[in-house]
Amino acid sequence: MRVNFTVNGRPHEADDVWEGESLLYVLRERMGLPGSKNACEQGECGSCTVRLDGEPVCACLVAAGQVEGREVVTVEGLADYAKQRAEGGCATGACGGGGTDLGAAQQWQARPADSQTGKNTPLSPVQQAFIDAGAVQCGFCTPGLLVAADELIERNPQPSDADIREALSGNLCRCTGYEKILDAVRLAAARGEADTSATAGTGA
Amino acid sequence: MGVTRTPTSLTQGSQTKGGIGESTLRPDGTLKVTGEFAYSSDMWHEDMLWGFTLRSPHAHAEIKSIDTSEALAQAGVYAVLTYDDLPTEVKNYGLEIQDTPVLAHGRVRHHGEPVAIVAADHPETARRAAAKIKVEYAELPVVHDEESALAEDAPLLHEGRDDHHAGHVPHPNVVHRQPIVRGDVAAAKAKADVIVSGEYEVGMQDQAFLGPESGLAVPAEDGGVDLYIATQWLHSDLRQIAPVLGLPEDKVRMTLSGVGGAFGGREDLSMQIHACLLALRTGKPVKIVYNRFESFFGHVHRHPAKLWYEHGATKDGKITHMKCRIVLDGGAYASASPAVVGNASSLSVGPYVIDDVEIEAIALYTNNPPCGAMRGFGAVQACFAYEAQMDKLAEKLGMDPVELRQLNAMTQGTIMPTGQEVDSPAPVAEILRRVKAMPLPPEKQWETGDESGTDTDVRALPGGLSNTTHGEGVVRGVGYAVGIKNVGFSEGFDDYSTARVRLEVINGEPVALVHTAMAEVGQGGVTVHAQIARTELGVTQVTINPADTQVGSAGSTSASRQTYVTGGAVKNTCEAVREKVLELGRAKFGTYHPAWATAELLLEDGKVVTDGGEVLADLVDVIEGESIDIELEWRHRPTEAFDLKTGQGQGHVQYSFAAHRAVVEVDTELGLVKVIELACAQDVGKALNPQSVVGQIQGGTTQGLGLAVMEEIVVDPKAKVRNPSFTDYLIPTILDTPTIPVDVLELADPNAPYGLRGMGEAPTLSSTPAVVAAIRQATGLALKRVPVRPEHLTGT
Repeated sequence: MRVNFTVNGRPHEADDVWEGESLLYVLRERMGLPGSKNACEQGECGSCTVRLDGEPVCACLVAAGQVEGREVVTVEGLADYAKQRAEGGCATGACGGGGTDLGAAQQWQARPADSQTGKNTPLSPVQQAFIDAGAVQCGFCTPGLLVAADELIERNPQPSDADIREALSGNLCRCTGYEKILDAVRLAAARGEADTSATAGTGA
Repeated sequence: MGVTRTPTSLTQGSQTKGGIGESTLRPDGTLKVTGEFAYSSDMWHEDMLWGFTLRSPHAHAEIKSIDTSEALAQAGVYAVLTYDDLPTEVKNYGLEIQDTPVLAHGRVRHHGEPVAIVAADHPETARRAAAKIKVEYAELPVVHDEESALAEDAPLLHEGRDDHHAGHVPHPNVVHRQPIVRGDVAAAKAKADVIVSGEYEVGMQDQAFLGPESGLAVPAEDGGVDLYIATQWLHSDLRQIAPVLGLPEDKVRMTLSGVGGAFGGREDLSMQIHACLLALRTGKPVKIVYNRFESFFGHVHRHPAKLWYEHGATKDGKITHMKCRIVLDGGAYASASPAVVGNASSLSVGPYVIDDVEIEAIALYTNNPPCGAMRGFGAVQACFAYEAQMDKLAEKLGMDPVELRQLNAMTQGTIMPTGQEVDSPAPVAEILRRVKAMPLPPEKQWETGDESGTDTDVRALPGGLSNTTHGEGVVRGVGYAVGIKNVGFSEGFDDYSTARVRLEVINGEPVALVHTAMAEVGQGGVTVHAQIARTELGVTQVTINPADTQVGSAGSTSASRQTYVTGGAVKNTCEAVREKVLELGRAKFGTYHPAWATAELLLEDGKVVTDGGEVLADLVDVIEGESIDIELEWRHRPTEAFDLKTGQGQGHVQYSFAAHRAVVEVDTELGLVKVIELACAQDVGKALNPQSVVGQIQGGTTQGLGLAVMEEIVVDPKAKVRNPSFTDYLIPTILDTPTIPVDVLELADPNAPYGLRGMGEAPTLSSTPAVVAAIRQATGLALKRVPVRPEHLTGT
């Protein structure tokens, strides 16, 4: 079957999709967007968390056909998504302009980047905070955690530790012991707060 | 044919100074947070097929026949291979003993053993085709514990064994046995005022790394194969893969792809040979990605263990003697069992001074899932038992449990039961003092401070969001534990590593390129190697090459050894490069300043300087136009095998120590445990990257917590695995994991590079017994087995 949907702000169509395929498989294997990870493929680990019409979901539990006509944001589109939200634009990804188009996605190639400065790649605040706090070790859980953490901060810009733990309890991490993930989310929230107060200050 | 997604070299930019001792950020961090980092399951080729493995539904059975015709006839299926299709006479592999069949022949020995492999154009096609393979089995009696394994008429797991342990084991179903005897236990026991004994049990833990076993094999025009793979040791894989394929090692080119965690579970082969066989048979690239169910069958687990211990002490608390017997279940194949036996026996006394000991450790062959390496192996099981014994002894003596441990703590100069002297700092009493001195977390944190005093945040209670209690029947306990782990491969293993370092000028800047075969599995070796190169060569720009088999072996990313050994290799090679630079400098500029000939020269901030800080030349001017490129092997000091009768021998390179204090709250009505805090103090010799060190300690601590209260692969009496999924095998979530304050000590080991101490495993040891000690204190129950389950606490 053919499935039409929007990924990271760009409309896509996927052909020859078998009815049993998950959104995760279509993203990873048909669209060249491997950022959403395949750790358990039964909705237990959260590594494949994406936004579907704004809601965080496990892409492995969503049948590809269910996304017909809907909007998906993956970790690959997170920086654009956060940028548009910060600029007061459309945060659902529907307004286009960002994201990875299919041609570019299929040319996907890991390339060297500079973690120290993040200069080569624009990052969302939560992405930068994960790097700075040392919350990335093997990194396999990271994309799912980033999508979930970004959604938390969008919903609750100043989460308590208990709020963070509750929001991220569907994302397993085997490397970090979670302490540095908590640090990262606190850091992203604090920086967001700082940005907001800076903006408010300028405005006044 | 180009592979579209492949691993990449990682460059750390010129903005970074980041020498050793600094918390330099990961060079792969940006790729990992943007989803661009290429893990082994992300490998992709435009023309690739998908592989799938058919596994045995039985734990022990004879294979009467296999019919693959119907599977092969399916549309989209390119190959179905069984034992009969293996191309050479080499049909087994193994880390130390080559007893593991690539595909089962004649007999399956454990539930989930690979029987046949399929390649098809879609993963679902491959799965459905595998289901069409007809295998006729005749079930055999199952060996599943010590009694059934060592019975006189027990079925033998490996008849006609001819491995090097076969000659000294008491029964063919014992993989390896290591006794250690030292001193005179009978005489020492006579001096004891109190004696405590206990039998303890550790369940089968799984590494549960998140990135599943996966990789891509691409057939090459020269008849060889390129394999992009997640592993812990490329060269060990290569040594096992090439003979089975009938290819010389230089025709199996392996490149490390992104590894989503390992913890020992990737020391053994999983799908490596299968993917290569299918690729060579079909002439097409073949990708295999295990789902989580398969992953539980695709790698070895932590050895479950039964441990019997006896300790004696005088009434002033001095331990007189120790006797123990440790039985490890190795499952169907040997894997790392011999080394696990060596560790369990030689570290069975813990970090204590006990001169008179009788120790025996064995590993069994059974029809249970194969067990091998997992973080802290051998030492983890022993630590759970000896720390329970310490608490028991303290109680009987009426002493404070920490005081008893400190009174008997080993120090630098202590003689191990193997006769080996501990010849570097061993701050056992000090790390205990430090965890004990940390302030305790406030009581009843679920009380939100609402004025009425009735409001509770159920998220902070045992049971959490399940809203099972509002604090009725919740009691707090505090427990302590400390452990000792060896660093590196022991018992005479030639534990070397290789590093290649190139220094040249690119765009007017000196750049170092570091190439090793070290598997970066998340531990941060790529960060540390760049820090070492910066420190030794005085450059800022360092590129880390992808790890592959085009450079010499780096050994395994396990046993807490990589920063010590491959870090040591990078340091050593950088020193050779520096010597070469100075030679060039002397030749070019030696006549300008006498210090070139007379002073101790260093490379700092892109310059050649004297140890007095005088600048002699810019590095760029010295090496301009040249490319200095050196590859060297590096070894730590040698070890030797333990004597097979007495266990004596200089078996270990270095020891690592960690201590934990656990604070738990237990709902005694429902048997639910909430770990409130798990504080750790550890000596790391030298923290090359403090942020990574703390991350490793917190991660290791959490795995120990998992073993204490939730993690176990359940194997039934027919040796079948009951819970191979993340629904049923539970690892700690962020709600299960408490605050983990960490106190890092840096007492240099004079024998190690920069004084560092391998540190990744030690925190996994003491975390488990500390949590259980805290639960015992809260409940007053004896608790002899981990994981502690609700029924152990409620008596139901």
